[in-house]
Amino acid sequence: MRAWLAAHAGGFGAALERIAFAPLGSALNALVIGIALSLPVGLYLLVSNLQAASHQLTAAPQISAFMALDANRAEIAQIEARLKQTPQIAAYRLVPREQALAELKKSSGLTDVIDGLPQNPLPDAFVIDAADPSPTALEALRDEIRQWPRVAHVQLDAQWARRLDAGLRFSRMVAAILGTLLGIALVAVTFNTIRLQVLTRREEIEVIKLIGATDAFIQRPFLYFGALQGLAGGAVAWLIVSAGAYLANRSLGELSHVYASLLQLNALTPGDSLALLLTPASLGWFGAWLSVSRHLALIER
Amino acid sequence: MISFSHVSKRYPGGHQALQDVSFSINAGELVFVTGHSGAGKSTLLKLLVAIERPTSGSVIVNGQNVGALGRRAVPFMRRSFGLVFQDHKLLFDRSVFDNVALPLQIAGFPGRDAARRVRAALDKVGLLKYETAMPITLSGGEQQRLCMARAIVHRPAILLADEPTGNLDTDYALEIGELIRSFNQVGVTAIIATHDQTLLARLAPRVISLKHGALESGGAA
Ligand SMILES: Nc1ncnc2c1ncn2[C@@H]1O[C@H](COP(=O)(O)OP(=O)(O)O)[C@@H](O)[C@H]1O
Ligand SMILES: [Mg+2]
Repeated sequence: MRAWLAAHAGGFGAALERIAFAPLGSALNALVIGIALSLPVGLYLLVSNLQAASHQLTAAPQISAFMALDANRAEIAQIEARLKQTPQIAAYRLVPREQALAELKKSSGLTDVIDGLPQNPLPDAFVIDAADPSPTALEALRDEIRQWPRVAHVQLDAQWARRLDAGLRFSRMVAAILGTLLGIALVAVTFNTIRLQVLTRREEIEVIKLIGATDAFIQRPFLYFGALQGLAGGAVAWLIVSAGAYLANRSLGELSHVYASLLQLNALTPGDSLALLLTPASLGWFGAWLSVSRHLALIER
Repeated sequence: MISFSHVSKRYPGGHQALQDVSFSINAGELVFVTGHSGAGKSTLLKLLVAIERPTSGSVIVNGQNVGALGRRAVPFMRRSFGLVFQDHKLLFDRSVFDNVALPLQIAGFPGRDAARRVRAALDKVGLLKYETAMPITLSGGEQQRLCMARAIVHRPAILLADEPTGNLDTDYALEIGELIRSFNQVGVTAIIATHDQTLLARLAPRVISLKHGALESGGAA
């Protein structure tokens, strides 16, 4: 066990020496790998966040019913009474036009513009929760309310949320495909790096083989080199994505406090982060292994 | 300890390098393998450590049939030998110290003990003051002694040296000869391929003589 640890520590040390011997090249490799990996990982992060947000929306699909701009109090009370009587409706909330304007003023920062308006451009609206959230029930309810007097426009939130969800599922697939392709590219790049290393160290490999080095001993520094290069690439990708999420959150936060919770980009979870470090490391190890076992076989004896 | 029985070696391409060679060597012997250039001396040494495999016959070292040894077992078998190659095979991109440390690293020797052994080996061959130098800065004789240090640093039971005095002046050659003798005196079996007559005269070893791949004399122990 101790000999095993010492052997691996030796291989690890030799790999570090090789990196230290060419620090600029190693850094550039890590940078290239990291930038490439940050694309699918960033897309994945964005999609996961939007997906969580859209699930919040689709989980409680709401119907918004906007009154005509010139609807008076009596007409609104009439609609309210009908809503109360309709058994398919679980709950509703009236958003008076004054309140809507005040919220807009607060959230948009366009106080001067809004104050300058001759009249309130926003209608009164009802936000309605259906008893049965199934798409068909919602659509039937929407069509019914649409025919009520003085109702100008009825909107079903779930619709765009569902479309968004479909779009996000597609993006997620794109991220997965991109990730897979880049994973393969990482294996190929490592394969080639290690191939060149084996060739330049051919003489050394021949000599240590002659004086009793096992294949494992010869391979270890190359394997650790591949793994470390992948790990460094993963770390660079982590930094890029984390910095990107941080910057995005800052500007989203400035844009709107109202939407902040919805449009907040959560950073990579510890589990995601670990996967982002370990997956490229294992792929690097694998690429190095493919390469070194293939090229060592060519240096026989 | 070592026995060749009816060993033949034909290289791919058809050259018959060894032809029905039989002999045995006991532990602690000092043996010179002599013969003209191309007689098969290097081939004989290579068969001992499975750098080449016999076409027929068997090469037995310490009860192991080296010619039939599996790929994975070869490295461990090689570690019981100290090897001095005809073409040095020093690593010129690392220091004298690191070259000598190589066999210990390979065997997984812990660092502090290894450093002590490397210095002892360098001291033995008179190169301790050059431990941080690069091999390229050493003279031919010094490089040859460096090879000797690397060969014995892990205290092998058997020393194999292929033309260890190859291009050296007589004085340097005799230094190497004294080193070989001193290792042999502490119990190391030494098998030296050479046609250096001065060395032969000085060390008076047992001689196995080859001619065109066949054993000419010296087969009986
Ligand atoms: N790898 C090889 N392939 C083909 N022929 C070889 C090879 N190595 C040696 N030979 C031939 O085998 C013969 C014996 O070579 P060698 O054992 O090196 O002789 P020595 O060391 O006595 O000079 C020589 O004729 C040489 O040309
Ligand atoms: Mg020779």
